[in-house]
Amino acid sequence: MRRWIASITGAAMALGFVACSGDGGTAPVTVTLVAYDSFPTEKTPLNDALATFTEDTGITVKIVTAGDAGAMVSKAALTAGNPEGDVMWGVDNTLLSAAIDAKVFAGEPTQVDFGDVCVNYDIAYFTQHDLQPPGTFDDLAQPEYKDLLVVENPATSSPGLAFMLATIDKYGDAGWTQYWRTLRSNGVEVVDSWETAYYERFSGSGGSSGDKPLVVSYASSPPAEVVFADPPIDAAPTGVATGTCFRQMEYAGVLRGTRHGDAAQQLVTFLTGETFQRTLPLTLFVYPVNGTVSLPEVFTKFAAVPANPYSMDPVRIAQHRQSWQEQWTQTVID
Amino acid sequence: MFYAWPFATLLGRVLQPSSVVDTLTSPGIGRVIWFTCWQALVSTALTMAIGFAPAYVVARYRFRGRRAALAIITVPFMLPTVVVGAAFLALLPERWHGTAAAVVVAHVFFNVAVVVRLVGAMWAVLPTDLTAVARTLGASPARVLRHVVLPLLRPALYAAASVVFIFTFTSFGAVKLLGGPSHPTIEVEIARRATQLGDIDAAAVLSIAQLIVLAVVVWWSARWQRRSEHTFAAGRTTRRPRTRSERRVVAVVMATTVAAMVAPIAMMVARSFRTSSGWSLTPWRTLGANEVRPGISLGVDPLGSLAVSLRYAALATAISIVFGGLAALTIASARRHGRLLDTGLLLPLGTSAVTIGLGMLITFDTAPFDWRSAWWLPPIGHALVAIPFVVRSLLPTLRSISADQRLAAVTLGASPLRAWWEVEVRRLPGPLLSAAGFAAAISLGEFGATTFLTRSGRDSMPIAIDRLLGRAGAVPHAQAFALATMLFVLTAAVVAIADRQEVVDARRA
Repeated sequence: MRRWIASITGAAMALGFVACSGDGGTAPVTVTLVAYDSFPTEKTPLNDALATFTEDTGITVKIVTAGDAGAMVSKAALTAGNPEGDVMWGVDNTLLSAAIDAKVFAGEPTQVDFGDVCVNYDIAYFTQHDLQPPGTFDDLAQPEYKDLLVVENPATSSPGLAFMLATIDKYGDAGWTQYWRTLRSNGVEVVDSWETAYYERFSGSGGSSGDKPLVVSYASSPPAEVVFADPPIDAAPTGVATGTCFRQMEYAGVLRGTRHGDAAQQLVTFLTGETFQRTLPLTLFVYPVNGTVSLPEVFTKFAAVPANPYSMDPVRIAQHRQSWQEQWTQTVID
Repeated sequence: MFYAWPFATLLGRVLQPSSVVDTLTSPGIGRVIWFTCWQALVSTALTMAIGFAPAYVVARYRFRGRRAALAIITVPFMLPTVVVGAAFLALLPERWHGTAAAVVVAHVFFNVAVVVRLVGAMWAVLPTDLTAVARTLGASPARVLRHVVLPLLRPALYAAASVVFIFTFTSFGAVKLLGGPSHPTIEVEIARRATQLGDIDAAAVLSIAQLIVLAVVVWWSARWQRRSEHTFAAGRTTRRPRTRSERRVVAVVMATTVAAMVAPIAMMVARSFRTSSGWSLTPWRTLGANEVRPGISLGVDPLGSLAVSLRYAALATAISIVFGGLAALTIASARRHGRLLDTGLLLPLGTSAVTIGLGMLITFDTAPFDWRSAWWLPPIGHALVAIPFVVRSLLPTLRSISADQRLAAVTLGASPLRAWWEVEVRRLPGPLLSAAGFAAAISLGEFGATTFLTRSGRDSMPIAIDRLLGRAGAVPHAQAFALATMLFVLTAAVVAIADRQEVVDARRA
């Protein structure tokens, strides 16, 4: 018994020492990159690209993850001026204004990628039922699509918020709640997170187990379905309703209060450069902003890039976000 | 230091008197508070009622598969809700989705282990001669239960009820997943305000409100716990079921309980083999592989995350055993202040993980104490969650030791140190190991507090699972469940090993 405790403590201490000795970097400058949870910390082409940055400049990049994008920005606002790192990756346009108002960044943040939140449909369902998949917001309110759509709660989910903002952009302050009333009577289902919507309620994904053929997801979800299918497939099982898209743009910037301003700025420049941008589509499933990057084949074949996605000024989003969420809750849930 | 200080710093920084009024009068908040309270009460009552029978069986009888059954009952409590919750959702009929009933059922499922373990531990040491005497005097079994067993068990019942109440009151994952958008709890609302709206004032106000309710409940329960204490000579009373009806009770109770616990877990395992084409081994085969397809990797290293989780667990266990053990000894010997400490140690459980995470962020932010993304912060968070369980596993045993026993030892010629060693310390190994197993398992599955800390380096298993679940595509989805299956096996093994030690001790005694 005593030996058991001794061995546990011993093991804990041994592991502790290993961890300590593994931590210390030897490079002269280490820049800390703060990112959201889905940013890979090792073993992807994106991390290989970061390694070339270290080779070229001698600057080591340490990645820390700080929760989802919302949590990351809340933390950054709380620590503005004494940041947790030197560069932040992944503040999107729904959070940008809040971050700027809280004086999180030193200078202007730079756009690093973009992507669209759109309704995805299960191709097999619509073929079987000999039904045209919906293409626009007006379509979704039609009786033939009754009880088919599942969306995320804009108060708790980032794609849910983007989708709500798209309807506000489309129907305006006067009409958007009316639109949601129509959706509600047309049987829209609401869940709290993208994971639940996409995997538990949606029918189209290879990993999903639901029965709803329409879901709010990303325009890049179909290529992800192809890439991560088992066995390999050469046609996406899902499609995108291109008239329902909201453009999300992500930004990166040097954090105010950094002690490595120059190195941090070099990193931000690298993040928008070709070497790094090229890795974005297949690791984060977003589009590069760098125009010289050519897209991988699964993206050109299966991802939809909507011609005129809905969008909104970050300042307007920050001003009305809370009251819109409350109105939405009153309209759709209560 | 890692709890009170950050929490106080956060309050000092963000709290303004006006925001208290604004938050508590904001639309919908009344409904959130009301739902939080009643679902917690109903969940606690049901969990106590349902956990009672299996607690009795595992405490009183020795039977084949007892340890495995106990481990299976315990593990859902430890596993991250995101995973088991997803499997649970798939098992529920669709019209239950997004209902309060689904939340309550899930809470019973997740927390029944608390009742079985805490009440069972106490029940196992109740001397059988008391009940035998009552039976001899002509009392019916029901009467014995009501007038002899229940009064003696009361401290454990209060302890279990208060822990279950805390967990269901502050429930986050299960509520989000199963209750859906129309049933938020205070904890969900805190996270929403802090992370989605950046309204940290309001989040802090709500977390204080939550803490006040829980402090009252815990204080009240601790008071009743102490009032209802009896000292008795603890014995080990597990035995094989003798009569046919005893065997039948054991079989029925354990089979039902285990079946109910296993269903969602079986679902979880099944999902790890399911992809677009039906059943497939690919998710498991590619689990350790760097590339899922040429040039494409998920950036999640399952074996690496296993090592990280084990390292966290070892550290969290060591910390929580040392501090929990000391705390239990202090509580048992210091009467009045002990009660305060006992109550105080439960408070981290009742404090929103978001608030603690944010508090740590602005407290440990200046060199040389800039610990914000230190690798050892998560295990400390885990230890904070585990310490109350360590204390609670040790206290009933410590408290049931009467001063007379030590006095008797001294009278018989033992030195005070020897008396303390023989009477108190030597009785602890069983509960201590059980506590260590519990602490390790809690650390392995801990998710909430860890996600709100800023992390560097490799992910622990629950975080890796969450990251896999957040991606589109059949393979990552199945891999999340494969990793969850590994976590389940690991946690169950830890729990079973800890329980085994208890069995060995019992035999030796």
